[in-house]
Amino acid sequence: MPTVLILGAGSDMAVALARRYAAAGHTLQLAARNPGQLRSLEQDLRIRHRIAATVHAFDALDFDSHAAFYQSLPTPPDIVICVFGYLGSQEKGQADWKEASRILHTNFTGAVSILNIVAEDMASRGKGTIIGISSVAGDRGRMSNYLYGSAKAGFTAYLSGLRNRLWHSGAHVMTVEPGFVATQMTQHLKLPPLLTAQPDQVAADIFKAAENKKNVLYTKWFWKYIMLIIKNVPEPIFKKKKL
Amino acid sequence: MRKNIANWGNYPVLDCEEVSFSMEEQLAQYVDAHDNVIARGNGRCYGDASLGEHSISTLRYDKALQFDEQQGIFECQSGLTLDQILDIIVPRGWFLPVTPGTKFITIGGAVASDVHGKNHHSEGSFSNHIISMNVLTGKGPVTCSPETEPDLFWATCGGMGLTGVITTVTFRLKKIETAYIRQKQIKAKNLDEVLQLFEEHKHYTYSMAWIDCLQKGDSFGRSILITGEHATLEQLPAKAAQAPLTLPKKMKLTLPFNLPGFVLNNFTVKLFNALYYAKNTKRVIENTVPYEPFFYPLDAILHWNRGYGKDGFVQYQFVLPMDKKDGLVAILQKISDKGWGSFLAVLKTFGPQDDLISFPMEGYTLALDFPVRDGLFPFLDELDALVLQYGGRLYLTKDARMKESVFWDSYPNAQRFHQIVKEWNPNGKFRSAQSDRLNIQFA
Ligand SMILES: Cc1cc2nc3c(=O)[nH]c(=O)nc-3n(C[C@H](O)[C@H](O)[C@H](O)COP(=O)(O)OP(=O)(O)OC[C@H]3O[C@@H](n4cnc5c(N)ncnc54)[C@H](O)[C@@H]3O)c2cc1C
Repeated sequence: MPTVLILGAGSDMAVALARRYAAAGHTLQLAARNPGQLRSLEQDLRIRHRIAATVHAFDALDFDSHAAFYQSLPTPPDIVICVFGYLGSQEKGQADWKEASRILHTNFTGAVSILNIVAEDMASRGKGTIIGISSVAGDRGRMSNYLYGSAKAGFTAYLSGLRNRLWHSGAHVMTVEPGFVATQMTQHLKLPPLLTAQPDQVAADIFKAAENKKNVLYTKWFWKYIMLIIKNVPEPIFKKKKL
Repeated sequence: MRKNIANWGNYPVLDCEEVSFSMEEQLAQYVDAHDNVIARGNGRCYGDASLGEHSISTLRYDKALQFDEQQGIFECQSGLTLDQILDIIVPRGWFLPVTPGTKFITIGGAVASDVHGKNHHSEGSFSNHIISMNVLTGKGPVTCSPETEPDLFWATCGGMGLTGVITTVTFRLKKIETAYIRQKQIKAKNLDEVLQLFEEHKHYTYSMAWIDCLQKGDSFGRSILITGEHATLEQLPAKAAQAPLTLPKKMKLTLPFNLPGFVLNNFTVKLFNALYYAKNTKRVIENTVPYEPFFYPLDAILHWNRGYGKDGFVQYQFVLPMDKKDGLVAILQKISDKGWGSFLAVLKTFGPQDDLISFPMEGYTLALDFPVRDGLFPFLDELDALVLQYGGRLYLTKDARMKESVFWDSYPNAQRFHQIVKEWNPNGKFRSAQSDRLNIQFA
């Protein structure tokens, strides 16, 4: 059975993804900054699905450690899902470089740093799947979250370039653009219930789309159309909307 | 985020802050930083027991931690729901030792309400099967069991979250050979007959009766008694026996919006009960069914609670001591006279009381639904008076409206419970709308 590496395995979305892949019999490699916190998930996956799972320490911001981290995995993964991200605070980031750089480096630089290593390995093996969880926030900058949005925009562009490159060597890259998802990261926000997905719905979508080698997945599906409209609102009007 | 929340009865609707956690450190930090917190599982209690100023949802704290498949011992975090546990254990030949009439509740909710099933008379309530648990009390995390910190243990079982947040629970499972139940349904033409039938069938592991509360005269209390046993491999038809532990197919209908109140007037209730009773044409039916329709007939329709309209409903569940059959008659009489019965009146017998503050005691228990309407609460106060007069009490997890004195007068261990809670929750940090209403004050 294929092995799946989940980078940032502590989040609600990652838990849902781990459960979805484990249900299909995959072996799981769970990585997060604090691996101690992944023990219960590891046990849960073994008990529910009788699969093998391992736990690894990974810090997206510690770029220098990424090569050694990837080397230390028990087997090179067949599927790598990059789930980690940091929403942060736009307002704080505007005045405080520490916050701004954490947002940029977690969502963009850190992701690029580790996926570069993964991509080299998959290119040389001539197979593999990379799934990057980006965000619809990267489709257009808004005054309320352009730090996060611009980092995700960079990540989206990175993934599309990587997809084009790896296609020639037989590996696949899928970009996921989730809209609102009900997770711990968003629990303090008032999200419109009709537009908000549950993590396990999103995980099921991602699993299926990756099997079908889809390039870009909007989940839920209607976000594709919502973003199409949002992208096309003329700037003079968009500015006035204070979004 | 603050929002309006209600539990299963859609009454009352309260403005609460709801937060969730997936790691114990997050929980501890939140509890440290806030007063007036109460744990909330899947919101399947009917009233206000898991609502408060800050409701802490356990639904993301849902990991299975340990499953000893030889001994049948299971350990999990408190937010794991029974349906998920069944998905794990049934294919491996185990079952829940006790399960309520819905599988959409959490383990934390099962312990805090000390739930009972159709097997209370034979196997006790959930607490009977717990090996140990961890509770984040007002004094920090504590491990308790019937042997270690027994006071905390017994005040937590049925204690409605007032000793703190239950974090993990280790409990015993029950061995099964198949995922099927041998079911026997017997029509009883009135109350006397059904009580007689309960007595005759008390050696069955599972039993309960659907009762038609609106009948008068000779048919007063007519019902259908349903008993069951886990089917053995030999009892299965050849086809089912090939895969005896297969999980039932998941079929779900959902009621997407509140039905207008008039749909559930007396006429429809009467009609429903008549049809339900007439459906069984023979007096006794015996068959083998998957466990889901036997244990969870209502779960097939998600959100059936919306059928009562937007004002919501309350469930009235009381228990009376075994020798107080006349009390049962008096209460049923009052309900039948008023003509306010419900679709779902469930009658059961209980075995001896398990512990300090949980609901069951040896006797009869009846549960019925009443849509909220003018005059309902005064009427229920009259029923409360009868329950008290006959030495009974009400189930806290179904309660949304009883008066303070009813609780204090009917639970014989209320004072002792209060003392233990005060010891573990010294600043009254854990409190719910219900504990405030019943005046279970701590500070
Ligand atoms: C259709 C239906 C049928 C039912 N049938 C039965 C039945 O046959 N027998 C029976 O006994 N009950 C029955 N119930 C009631 C149900 O089993 C209980 O109300 C149960 O406690 C609900 O659990 P929950 O996870 O939804 O918790 P909630 O409803 O959210 O909370 C219930 C109580 O548990 C406390 N609690 C929840 N989690 C924790 C925790 N981690 N730590 C501390 N306290 C906690 C809450 O504070 C609250 O006091 C039924 C309910 C429904 C809707």
